[in-house]
Order: sequence, then structure tokens, then C-alpha cells
Amino acid sequence: MNEASENMNSPATGAVEPAPCLEVRNLTLHYARRRRALDKVRLTIPRQRVTALIGPSGCGKTSLLRCFNRLNDLVDDCVITGRIKLEGKNIYSPKIDVTELRRRVGMVFQKPNPFPKSIYENVAFGLRIRGINSRRRLDEIVQESLTAAALWDEVKDRLHQSALELSGGQQQRLVIARTLAVEPEVLLLDESASALDPISTLKIEELITELKKNYTIVIVTHNLQQAARVSDFTAFMYMGDMIEFDTTARIFTNPVKRQTEDYITGRYG
Amino acid sequence: MNGGASSWFRSGAPWIWLNAGAVAACLAMVFGLLLLLGIKGLGHFWPKPVLQGTYLAMDPPISVIGEIAESETVDAELLRISDPGLPLPDAAVERHLLKLGNRDITGNDFAWILPEFLDEVEYPERIVTLERREWGNFYGYLTGISQNGEPIAQPEMLPEETGALWPELQRRLDRVRQLRQEIEQIERSIIADMNFGAERLRLLELNHQLQRDSAIFRIAGGSAVELPMADIVRAYRPNAMNWFESMRVYLSRLLEFLTDDPRESYTEGGLLPAIYGTAMMVLLMSVIVTPLGVLAAVYLSEYAPKGWLTRAIRVSVNNLAGVPSIVYGMFGLGFFIYLAGGEIDRLFYSESLPAPTFGTPGLLWASLTLALLTLPVVIVATEEGLANIPASLREGSLALGATKFETLWRIILPLARPSMLTGLILAVARAAGEVAPLMLVGVVKLAPSLPLDTEFPYLHLEQQFMHLGYYVYDLATQSPNVEAAMSQTFAAAFLLVAVVTALNLSAVVLRGRLRERYRAMDAGS
Repeated sequence: MNEASENMNSPATGAVEPAPCLEVRNLTLHYARRRRALDKVRLTIPRQRVTALIGPSGCGKTSLLRCFNRLNDLVDDCVITGRIKLEGKNIYSPKIDVTELRRRVGMVFQKPNPFPKSIYENVAFGLRIRGINSRRRLDEIVQESLTAAALWDEVKDRLHQSALELSGGQQQRLVIARTLAVEPEVLLLDESASALDPISTLKIEELITELKKNYTIVIVTHNLQQAARVSDFTAFMYMGDMIEFDTTARIFTNPVKRQTEDYITGRYG
Repeated sequence: MNGGASSWFRSGAPWIWLNAGAVAACLAMVFGLLLLLGIKGLGHFWPKPVLQGTYLAMDPPISVIGEIAESETVDAELLRISDPGLPLPDAAVERHLLKLGNRDITGNDFAWILPEFLDEVEYPERIVTLERREWGNFYGYLTGISQNGEPIAQPEMLPEETGALWPELQRRLDRVRQLRQEIEQIERSIIADMNFGAERLRLLELNHQLQRDSAIFRIAGGSAVELPMADIVRAYRPNAMNWFESMRVYLSRLLEFLTDDPRESYTEGGLLPAIYGTAMMVLLMSVIVTPLGVLAAVYLSEYAPKGWLTRAIRVSVNNLAGVPSIVYGMFGLGFFIYLAGGEIDRLFYSESLPAPTFGTPGLLWASLTLALLTLPVVIVATEEGLANIPASLREGSLALGATKFETLWRIILPLARPSMLTGLILAVARAAGEVAPLMLVGVVKLAPSLPLDTEFPYLHLEQQFMHLGYYVYDLATQSPNVEAAMSQTFAAAFLLVAVVTALNLSAVVLRGRLRERYRAMDAGS
């Protein structure tokens, strides 16, 4: 543990850091009666870049991701200490409106989870719960979002068919469109391409590269090549500790920590 | 040898046989039940052939006309005790239950006979079966028709020559039927409009016309009987009918069974009031139990903190489903009728006290009692449906910034709708077949009027009503003429089973659809 905490003092040294978007300080998370899932994590996620969280199963990367939009609040007996700042404001402050936070920090899950509604209504869902019901406005945003998610051309003729009829890759892009429709600032992708076929994965990766122009993106992935391909920064986590955080190029070519090197080269994980 | 048996045992074969045997036993019982009810119940409406013969076991021998209602094999010893004079064969003998009809004339419409002593058996085509408003069936030969007491055909004519009378009888029966329809219409309009006077007079006139015709029959033994045509519901010659004509009688009787009022102390005629009462009660119960059950289930599964208290509540709800239904009846009587009903009477109907208005068994209390009885079914089914909804949908909605309520209202509840419906249908099926509690809280053998009519306030919640299940119970055990009521009882039981089965089947289909929906969702990922 001590060693881990010391590690925290020297992440990202030498990285050319753009403006921070999310700042994680001393974040500790544990579920009742279970071991700690995150231990004093310290991390700064730069704005409009892609940051990848990598590490073996159970290292806490998904737990960390779900802290960014406070989805862990749903888990009973989940205790979180420390701070996460979004654009300088602590998101765990009692003054924060959680639904507004979740609008600003969108999330796409591992398995596509379109609602059993039409394609159109899926994208419009987030708008309708904000009270936007003007037909013209909805049409406009639905088209924009589907275009941004590179799905518009495939579904423009069947917007009112069930979203469940789409293929897995299309469903995942629909979920991304649905998330983009509420104009988030941050996009969290939780192994969002892992349940898809290679071509769909490729499309999602291209989409991520496209989207980083406007959004801060955090992805969790098991696929190291994917992390190397799409991310600008990479954080390696192990057993709830943040081991190393640096530019992707440096993590994959010249990691500082032995553990990172072992993981990258496939010696464990 | 030993090793063979042991390896046979170890292979699991006896276990598989045991499993398959259990399934076979279940199937045999279910299909046996349906088959028995189906044959006895649906056979009830088929016109049976009528035999004529001479029964030699009596001294002097008598002539009988009737249809065989039942056959059984009995020990000859027993018969010897009751009838010592008969020269019986040694062991078991077969005997028939002969439906003789003509109860008003002979006083005995059923008799056990031994086929050995039945002589000169024939099935004459000219025998007429009459279904009557009172006194049950009538069997005999049509020998004449009279109008205003004047015969229009000679009763002395030979039976062979009276063939022309038959179409005449049918014509006049049609006229009676039309008159009766007109009378019913006028009666209904009188009740609705309170319009006396001219219509009253017209009614008297019609009733007079109804009595115009009568028919003369020769019954077994040779005596002549005159019957007013107004008493005849249906006349047919079963031995002369081909299959299609029989089918017409069958369908007309089936229709009467489903759409008409009962007659002849509820052993014949239709079940409409009972079907109607059952439907009204079940409908009211659904209206009460659905919102209550769904709301409770949503609270338990979505909002209640997961602690020992919630667990205890859930266990109690599940246990409620196992409480004997008569206990619910007692509760309904004590709480709803005496306490709640008595209080309502005291507050709102004090002018009619001590005669109770709501403080007596009635439709509302029966529906409430059954709603309580079926509440666990709805709660459990709804909770199950809510739990089955993938967590990913919930998270997806929350991650878009929806509140828990919005997620519930827009995503979860629409998806849980089929399981709510399943719960409701199971509840309806259970309620439709329930009898015991209803005897205490509102069902009667004979309700003077339907609980829904054109009179304000249209739905009479305080009224007692008739019910199919209770009808079966009453007919099977309390009927004054058990033999005559038996086949009607089976028909009513079959109807009840058919209704409940149909409801259960639709629940199964709904559940299947629900699963399909989830499968589509899983396949997509």
C-alpha cells in the first residue's frame, strides 16, 4: 500500500498536459464487507483527449469510471472518500444535482442497452426528460446526434422502427447517439467495443477519434491494442491502485514501473 | 445378476421412470378431469333417443317411455334385498337409469330398470320430447291440438295419421315464442319508462293470447294429457332426427344455456345470471386489485430499503397466498360487511335501518374479499416482472440524467406491463373459480335481479348475485331432484373449467411474449 501511495506522487511526469477536465484526488472506494476497490487514486484527465484506463480484471477501472457520473451511488453500502472535480467543482459535494452531472458526463456501457422503443425515441429520451417536446427541435437533435454517432445514413429511413432490430454495433452507436443528444462534456466508455465484432469495433474506434475533437473521453478497455490505437493518455491500474499514468506513447514504449511493463508485455493480467 | 441390478440402479433408470411416471400421473388426472367434464357436460345438450318398452318386473307389467340417462353394474345381492321377488342372475347385473319425465303426471321422473326385464323395446319415430318451463321433460305421442279448448284435429285418429299435426305444432310453438318475445320487450320497457296504461293492457292481451293453444299427448300407459303450449320451450322427435337436426337442437340448447335465465328450480335452462354475476364480480375485483397490487409491488421492489422489514413484508405477502380462502370469507364477513358495511349504513342509510343496505353480503364486499385474496398473486407477479428487467436499461436511463422516478415511469413500468397483466389474469382465474368465501360475502342461489341494469345508479354494489362456482356447488348438493340436475351440473362445471382454463392459457401466452421480448434484447447484444 505504501509503495502504491508513493507511486501516486509521480504520475504523468513529463507529460504535456492540456487543461484538466476531471481531477481525481485521494479517491478511495470500498464496498461493505469487501476489499477496497480503489485506494487513494490520483488522476488528472485532460480535456478533449482520449484517456484509456487499462489493467487486469478487478483492478478497479470500471469502479473508477462509474465514480465520474456517480453511478456507484446506486450500489448499496458503497463508501467513497476523496474528491473528483469536474471543471473545478467537486462532484461529490451535496450541492451538486446528480441528474445534471449525469447529463454532463455521459456513459456508454459494455453491452449495448437501447431502450425497447423506436430508434427515434431512444435518441429523444434524454431530451424528453428535460422537457423538450417540440417536434422540430427533437427532429433536429436526433438527426445531429445520429450523424455524430455515424449512424444516420444507416437508419434515416427507419427511425420509427424498434431499436432492438439493429445489429449489435449499430445499437452501440445508437447508445452513443443517445448520450450525445443531451450534449455532455465528458463521454465514459466502459469496454464499449468489447462485445462487438471486429468491424463494429473498428467503427466505434473511428468514432472515438472523431468525437475527441469535441468531448473529453475516458475509455476502459481490456484490449491493449485498442488503447494504443485510440487513446492519447493511458492509466494503468492494478488492485485498486493507480500505478502509472502518462501519454499512451510512453506507457507502451517506455513505462516507468515494472508492473506496467509486465502487463503491457503480457507477463500477467 | 446382482451387478446387473446395481448398475441398472446406478444408471439412474429407475429415477427417470419415477419422474416420467409422475408426469404421466399428472397428465392422466388432468385429462381425465377434462374428459369427464367435457363428455358429461357437453353431452348434456345432445338430444338423446327415447325408447319405448314394456317392463316385466312389475306386476302387472307396465309400459315405459324414456331416455337412458345412466348405466351401471351392481351386485345382484343388493337388488335381492330391495326386491326379493325378482328371479335375478347370480353375480353382477347391469341396470339403467331411465328418465321417464312427466313428473307432473306420474310424480317420478327417474327409475332404475333391469334391461333383462324390458321387453318389446323400440324407438318409435313419433315419440315427442318436450322441454317445458316447469316439471322437466315430457315424453309422449302427439295426438291432437286444440285452440281455445276446441280440437282442430280428431284425437281418435290413429297415431300413424297424426303426422300432419307435427308441423302444425311447430308453427304454433313459433307463434308462442314470438308472443313471449313481445311480452318480454314490453315488460322491459315498462320497467325502464315507468309507462303504465296502454302497455299494461297490451301485456294482458298478449298473455291471454299466449294461453290460446294447447296440445294433447298420449303418454306411456295410454292416457291422454293436455298441455298448454305456453309451457313448452322446445319440442322435437329425437328418434326421427338426423345428425343435422340433432345438431340444431344441440346448438339451440347450448345457446339457451349461455344466454338464458334458469328454469325448473335451476336444474334446466340457462346460466346467464350466474355467468353475468361471475363476470361482474371478477371485473370489479380486477379494478380494485390491479392498482393496489401494482403500487405495492413497485414500492416493495423499487423503493423499500432492503432490510429485514422488507423481507418480512415480502414473506407475509407470499404467505397470504396460502391462507385458506374460507378464512378470507370470514374476514370479509367480519370486517367488510359487519364493520365497514354497518358503518356505511349508520352514516348514509340510517333512514332504512334496521334493514341493512350495505351491512349485508353483496357484490362490493365479495369483490373486495376476492381482491384481498388475489392481491398476493398480483404483487408477486409484478415484482417478478420488475426484477426481470435488465439492470442495464435502468443504468442506461439513469446515466442520461433521468431521475429514478422518470426511469421507472418511462422505461421500467412499460416493460413490466405484461407481467402485471399475467398477475391479473392469474388472479382473475383464481377468483372466477373461488366459491367458499363467496358463500359468506354475497353469493346466493337465486338473485332476483342482475347487479347491473338500466336503473339508477346502474351498478348495484350492495346487491347479492349469482355465481357459476356456487351454482355448481348448489346444484350438485342442494338440488331437490339430484338426477335431473346432474347433467346440468356437469355442463356448468365444464363451463367454469373452460373459463378458468382460457384465462390461464392467456396468462401463459402473455408470459411467453414477455420472454420473447427479453430474448430479442439479449440477442441484440
